[in-house]
Parts: sequence; structure tokens; C-alpha cells
Amino acid sequence: MAGNWLLAWRNIWRQPRRTVLTMLAIAFGAALLVFSIGLQLGQYDLMIQNAVRLYQGLFQVQQQGYHDDAKIRTSIPGIELLARKLRQQSGLDSIAARANGFALISSAKRTYGSLVVGVQPEYEKYVSTLPGVIKQGRYLSSDNAHELVIGESLARNMKIKPGDEITLMGSGRDGSIAASIIPVVGIYASGSRELDRQLVQMPLAAFQDIFSMQDHGHAIVIYHEDVKQQSQLHAVFKDLIADQQQLVVLSWDEIQPGVKQMIELDYSSGWLMYIVLVAVIVFSILNTFLMSVLERTREFGIMLALGYTPYNIGRLVMQEAFILTSIALIAGTLIGLGVNYYFYIYGLTFSGMDEIARMYNMPAVIRPQISPDSVLIGPGIIFLFTLLAALYPASRIRKLEPVEAMNHI
Amino acid sequence: MTTVVSCKQLNKIYQQGSIEVHALTDINLTVEAGDFVCLSGPSGSGKSTLLNMIGGLDSPSSGEIMVDGQRVDQMNKSELAELRLHKIGFVFQAYNLIPVLTARENIEMVMQMQGDSKQYRHQLSMAILKEVGLEGLENRRPSELSGGQQQRVAVARAIVDKPCLVLADEPTANLDSANAENLLQLMRDMGEEHQTTFIVSTHDPLVMSHARRLVKLHDGKIIENHEQH
Ligand SMILES: Nc1ncnc2c1ncn2[C@@H]1O[C@H](COP(=O)(O)OP(=O)(O)OP(=O)(O)O)[C@@H](O)[C@H]1O
Ligand SMILES: [Mg+2]
Repeated sequence: MAGNWLLAWRNIWRQPRRTVLTMLAIAFGAALLVFSIGLQLGQYDLMIQNAVRLYQGLFQVQQQGYHDDAKIRTSIPGIELLARKLRQQSGLDSIAARANGFALISSAKRTYGSLVVGVQPEYEKYVSTLPGVIKQGRYLSSDNAHELVIGESLARNMKIKPGDEITLMGSGRDGSIAASIIPVVGIYASGSRELDRQLVQMPLAAFQDIFSMQDHGHAIVIYHEDVKQQSQLHAVFKDLIADQQQLVVLSWDEIQPGVKQMIELDYSSGWLMYIVLVAVIVFSILNTFLMSVLERTREFGIMLALGYTPYNIGRLVMQEAFILTSIALIAGTLIGLGVNYYFYIYGLTFSGMDEIARMYNMPAVIRPQISPDSVLIGPGIIFLFTLLAALYPASRIRKLEPVEAMNHI
Repeated sequence: MTTVVSCKQLNKIYQQGSIEVHALTDINLTVEAGDFVCLSGPSGSGKSTLLNMIGGLDSPSSGEIMVDGQRVDQMNKSELAELRLHKIGFVFQAYNLIPVLTARENIEMVMQMQGDSKQYRHQLSMAILKEVGLEGLENRRPSELSGGQQQRVAVARAIVDKPCLVLADEPTANLDSANAENLLQLMRDMGEEHQTTFIVSTHDPLVMSHARRLVKLHDGKIIENHEQH
């Protein structure tokens, strides 16, 4: 009924100041929610991006079963050829083959267990930050070089510096002993304690030689900066390896389930603040509507006498709530979106973050996520709860008796 | 003549704590179509109570009420709302109008509830405003109208959808005598023109002098009921 909307609209402006204040509260809450949810989701985006960028890639092609049980024998034959094929067919350069093995490494003074990784130096720089965070010496020079780079903490523990040699001892793919003496050419500091403490890299060819791998490797790491394209890209690579049924394409959340779990945990803790915010807004509108219903009791009595039903009047009150809330939410959402857009363009930096990020070759800014989720979740919840709150005063009208209502001052 | 309102052995008892207030006692009343009835009596005699019973705004303690052949005392709330919407118009002492709606919108809101088309509503409301002498004031809000003008709008609203009965509870109480006279004249004219039955409560002798039938109440009982003129 069009006329009722008109009446609802006019009724809202009976107490312009109260209405504007209520709208401001709702709009402010909506803007704040849009901003904080946008920022929160943006932070997760950054976390995922960093987790992907650091070392593990967006996807890895592995032999089936290798991820769950990293046996050196669960390897992919002709891994360099396969990596090259994937690069050519996908058009993506950021694809690199790796081989992983465990070994004891010893300096003159100490011995440590470490994860030894064979990499393709010319492609590794596209899939991981490690080649870019060498603090001393240099990164691996070529595919065939017989040399190592080593993490900062491990180097410190072993008391070695570039130029020193270490002895490496492990078991090869065929069960033979893998042993070698290799010079350390560089020390990296990735910012990840885990990597810096135990990861050692050498050229893939040297690794294959020492660990009797022939042309085998364990993973092809695929990096892409846009995590949002995950599902499309996943399909592309799945397609490209479709002829090799024993291979699988794992995505970042399967490779690093911890990151995803951390995000989920953090996500639920953010809700406490949102619930408090929504509760404040809901009480403010509840107050407004209780007052607006109470002060019109006599008028509602007249309307009942004219043949309106309590239902008609209750609906009118709900329409008023709907209009007021909608206007405020649209305004608040636009403001929040504007703020998010500003920070999306210019980025948001916290003090200290800049330096750390530069040091570890990571992006220095958080950008709020702008997506249907980040924009609509907050205002949607406010909308739902304010209308629920308006149901209470509207339902009180059900009990209204015409004579009593009309005698009400 | 057809009977529009008939009350039989109507009683209304209010319970106030342990005290029973007999607002109406054994009321028997018949009102014929097109009549203009004045309900008079001192304050507290039960005028408003009787009008509210007839209009289905309140329910009797015992007895029967028929309006236009329907048992009002046996209706449920939604039937009563329907009855009021389609058959009964109300005019109260003051603040009859919705303050945020203009004179015309106030008149049209009831028609809209009845489902009349916009064009029809517009036509009818403009015509009735002209009849009650408010031509040119249709876009004013109640606060921009005098008390007498507001009551005219209320009468126009009560009568516009052709109810069979208009109940007016002290419609002139807030008006000076000239305005009261005008409003009464208007109600009588409208009653005749639209063949609508009026029951008007008052303690104003001027109003009583306009009535065709005078019903006097005292302590909840009818003590006089006769035709005039
Ligand atoms: N809700 C109520 N509860 C208790 N008693 C009531 C109630 N409403 C009315 N009464 C009593 O019923 C009697 C009739 O009241 P009513 O309002 O019908 O009188 P009235 O003739 O309209 O008076 P007035 O001229 O002052 O408007 C009065 O004694 C009044 O006190
Ligand atoms: Mg009265």
C-alpha cells in the first residue's frame, strides 16, 4: 500500500532530531562495521598472500601421498621437464621444481638435522622470497653449481659464514648413503623462524646427484600473486597434469592448513566486538521506537476507531523502522565503503610494519578487502537486528484497546 | 423505516478494585435510519460508554447490540474492525486527525484502507471538502487549521465512505458557540444529504435543540427518549 509508506515517511520526521540521531548511530555503526570487517578480511588476504609468497607457493604439484608422508621415494620423475612444460603451457614463469631431503649437516664445531632442498635458482626467485633476502654472501649461482645457502639461525648455531664448508650426511633415494662436503655461499633471513632455523638450499642438479635422485624431484611450486584466482588456476593446472594420474595439484590451504585455521580462529574472535557494536545500535533504535509508539498511543486509538487493525498499525511501525534503518544503513555503508576504498588505493601502514616488511621482502601495507562479503555482512546484520528490535514495540500494539488508547494522554 | 441501531437490555459494569461501577443499566434503544439522535446527560451519565458500545470499541457486560442487522456484541476483534471501517464513522471531541497528513490525506486514508482507487479517492475527497466548506484548504495539515475546521475535516472523513452510522462524542465541546452551531448545521445537512444516521453526545443545549430525537441519560439509565420538532 503506497499511502502507508507515505504515512510512515512523514511519521519518521515528526521528531527530526531524534530520527537524525538514531540514523547517525546506525550509520556510524554500519560504517565502522564495514571498515573493520573490510580491514579484517584485508588482513587475512595479506596473511594468505605472505604465506603463499614466502616459500610454499599458491599450488604445488606433488606425487600422490607425498604431502601426508614425505618419503624421498615418493618422487616425480623428469621433474624439470614437467616444470618446463607447465611454464610453457600455462604461460606462467613463476613455476619451479624442488626436491626435498633430510640430512645431518656439520660444521667444524656442530651438527644439526636440516631440511635440504634442491631448487632451480633461476626460477626459485619467482616462487619464494628466499633468493631476495640474502644477508651475507650471495644466492645460488647456477643449476649445476655445487654450493649451499643456509638460514640465519642455523648459520649462527653452527657458527659458519659464507666461504665455510659443511659436511652433509643423509640417505639417498635408492637407500644409499648421501654424503658430500659443500661450501656455503650465502646466508638468508626470511623472517620465518622455521625456515631460518632448518632450511638449506642447493641447486637441484647437485641435490639429485648427492641423493641419487636421477631426474626426480618432489614438488613443482607454482606462485601467483592473485589468490582470488585460486580456483580458476587450480582447474588450469589440474588439466595440464591430467595425463599423469599419480600427480596431484595441492593448493595453499592444503599445503599450509595452519594458516587457514589461524584465520578461522581470529575471524570468530572478531565477532565479539561486532556483537557489542550491533547491540548498542539495536538498543538505540529500540528506545527510539518505543518512544515513538508510546507517544502516539492516542493517535493509534483513533486509527483503531477508524477501522485500522492492530496489525495494520504494527505494520506501519515496521515500515517506519524499515525506512529509517535503510536510509541510515545505505549512508553508513557508503561511508564505510569510501573509507575502505581510500585505504585500498593508498594502503594502510602500521608503525614498524614498514621496516619489517621491507626486511623480509613482503608487502608493507594492508589494504581493506572490498568484496560483497566485506561490504554487506555488517550492514546486513544491523538490518536484521534493528528490524527484530522494532518488532517489540510493534507487537505491543497488538494489545492496544481502542478506548484505553484514546484516553491515553 | 429500517432500524440501524438497536440495544436490548444493555449493561456495562466496570470493575474498579472491589467496587462495581454501573456505567450503563438495562439500556433499550432503537435508532431508525436517517435519524439524528442527541444523547445528553450530565458528566459521568454514560454517554461515551454507550457510543463506544454501539461502535464496537468496547464490549458490553450483558445485553444485545445490533448495528445494521449485525450482532456487534458477538463479533471478534477483526470483525469489529471491518464493521468500523465500512459501516461506522467516528467524530471525537478533539485531535481526531493524523497530524502528519493533510486534510485531504486524512479523508483519503480510510478510503485507501477500503481499497478505493486513487482517482476515486481524490474525486470524492475534494467533493466532500467542498461540501464541508474547506475548499482550498485541502493541503493544510491539522496544525494549520482552526479547531472548527479540524472538526469539519473529521466529519468529512466520517461520512465520506457512506457509512450507515456516524457516532460523534461531544464533537462541539472544544468549539465556541458560533463554530458549534456551524458544525451542527453541517452534520444535519450531511445526514440528510447522504442519508446517514447520526448519534451525537453532548451536554450542550444548542446541540440538543438541533436533534430530531433526544435521549437523556442519567446514572447509566435512559430517563427520557422523545422526538422533537
Ligand atoms: N474504564 C473505566 N473504568 C471504570 N469506570 C469507568 C471507565 N470508563 C468510564 N467509567 C465510568 O462509567 C461512568 C460513565 O462514564 P462515561 O465516560 O460514559 O460518561 P460520560 O457521560 O461520557 O461523561 P462525560 O460527559 O464526562 O464525558 C462514569 O461513572 C465513569 O466513571
Ligand atoms: Mg464522555
